[in-house]
Amino acid sequence: MHKAIVATALLMAGQGTGWANPAFPQDPLASPMWEAHARTLFGDDPVRFDDRVHVIFPEIAENQRVFPVAVDARGIPGVKRIVLFADLNPIPVAVDYRPTAAQPYLATRIKLDQRTPVRGAVQLADGSWLVSGGWIDAAGGGCSAPPVSRVKGDWAQHLGEMRGEALANKDSARLRVTFRHPMDTGLVENISTYYIETLSVKDSGGKSLGDMDIWASVSEDPAFTILPIVHDGETLTIDARDTNGRDYGGRIKVSPRPSGTLALSQ
Amino acid sequence: MNLSRRSLLCGGAAVLCASNARATEYQIEPMPIAEGLWLVRGADEPIQHSNGGAIANIVIIATPVGTVLCDCGPSVRFARQLKATAERLTGKPVVRVYLTHLHPDHGLGLAAFDPAIVAALPGTITDIARDGRGFSDAMYRMLDDWMRGTELAVPGRRIDVDHEDFGGRSLKLLALAGHSSADLALLDERSGVLIGGDLLFHNRAPSTPTADLGRWRQSLTTLQALPHQGAIPGHGPYDPAGMEAISQTRDWIDWLEAALPDAVTSGLDMVEAGNMPIPPRFASLVAARYELQRSVSHFYPGLEEKLLPRIDGHP
Repeated sequence: MHKAIVATALLMAGQGTGWANPAFPQDPLASPMWEAHARTLFGDDPVRFDDRVHVIFPEIAENQRVFPVAVDARGIPGVKRIVLFADLNPIPVAVDYRPTAAQPYLATRIKLDQRTPVRGAVQLADGSWLVSGGWIDAAGGGCSAPPVSRVKGDWAQHLGEMRGEALANKDSARLRVTFRHPMDTGLVENISTYYIETLSVKDSGGKSLGDMDIWASVSEDPAFTILPIVHDGETLTIDARDTNGRDYGGRIKVSPRPSGTLALSQ
Repeated sequence: MNLSRRSLLCGGAAVLCASNARATEYQIEPMPIAEGLWLVRGADEPIQHSNGGAIANIVIIATPVGTVLCDCGPSVRFARQLKATAERLTGKPVVRVYLTHLHPDHGLGLAAFDPAIVAALPGTITDIARDGRGFSDAMYRMLDDWMRGTELAVPGRRIDVDHEDFGGRSLKLLALAGHSSADLALLDERSGVLIGGDLLFHNRAPSTPTADLGRWRQSLTTLQALPHQGAIPGHGPYDPAGMEAISQTRDWIDWLEAALPDAVTSGLDMVEAGNMPIPPRFASLVAARYELQRSVSHFYPGLEEKLLPRIDGHP
């Protein structure tokens, strides 16, 4: 998918600017980049805006390097893929997630380089896309300022540390995974691009539950929340790889949710 | 602000003029609290273009030797207007400006004064020297023309005494911390009015960008034990009985300190934590959701680091 998107972008660039999919609906957010991103991401697939794709984020971008976003498409049957992107980021796509055996839900944190639309696009089995999102105001520099751990200088001591929890919840487990990783965008002087680019979650039998391609617009020390369809007691394996080919592996057993905890909004 | 910025892009010169016209005057209306002591109320809102950043409470005190200000607002324009208003009110020049802590809504306007009369705790001076430029950039971005001419300045007097006397009107100076690394609270000994700076929020949710909740709680205990009449919070209305702002602020930070770890161990991500239910007893607090989401941003990654176990085979 990662390569497919890049290849599509190149292909479209090669075709010049005269081409447009007449089927792209008018953007309710009036983004200057809507058509360009729609061409790259959706190509000839049918696209429509749909409020059942819940793109949830705080009312303020308190930290433009760590902006929490959740895409919740659980109200839509048959979701095969979730793409999270911010139109005006220099690296627009943050995550391309296939919830193979997981509920269509993704929460993570992204960088914001300026005021921008933040969107979730979900693809159904028939290839069509449903899109939603909103504008968020942000100070500049989320993608072009050095990561905190680079400034502090301790990124290498903690590189690859993984933490997480997996709590059984109704028909699925709530899996949360965090990494220590600088997630360098390549947009900071003298720091080349370096980021975690793939993540996959499998059950104890090796069956894939969910896979994602990840870009450097995901925040430093990335965190992901997904909802694989497994039961209490199952052991999940999390594998990730970064752009230097370094592998990260974690294992986590699904435990019952502790009692007396906050009611989840689901 | 979003709206006005978008209309600037689309609407052109007419809108630009309207926007600048709005930004010429702050409404500075001192309210008498005690004999020779006035409160200039900040808007109970986030910093935004429509309020010019004037969201912090400011205090004016008349003394036999001149006027004392506690905090001076977000911009030079505000501070100059404040100075003129205060001097008209008291008939005496401003002889001292106290800065309660580093945050820009309280003190970025201090360049309107001679640094030799601006006093702050040593920790506040260090904080401003380190973070002032960043605050200034952020305020210019949000407030544009309101900020015009606001240069970064650093207080010239380090507070190393526990009281200061102004011709017989004595102010007790308390060096505390918790909302930031150095928080100054003042007690006007004549009226008994406590000026809490941002250690106190009243009917307005506390903000935590530089907070240490444990130290904040200790400071509130100190203020609670300090004999006083009314209390002026950094944000929100005057508290005439003097204890409600203290207990409200403590209640909120106690709740945060329990609720955020609970959210982490319940499997919530930051988005969900920011949308968790806020207990009904905080219904009177303005900006509660906004400040909760900010606090999630301030504390959540650190709490995850502390509370989530390693899953990569290392302890």
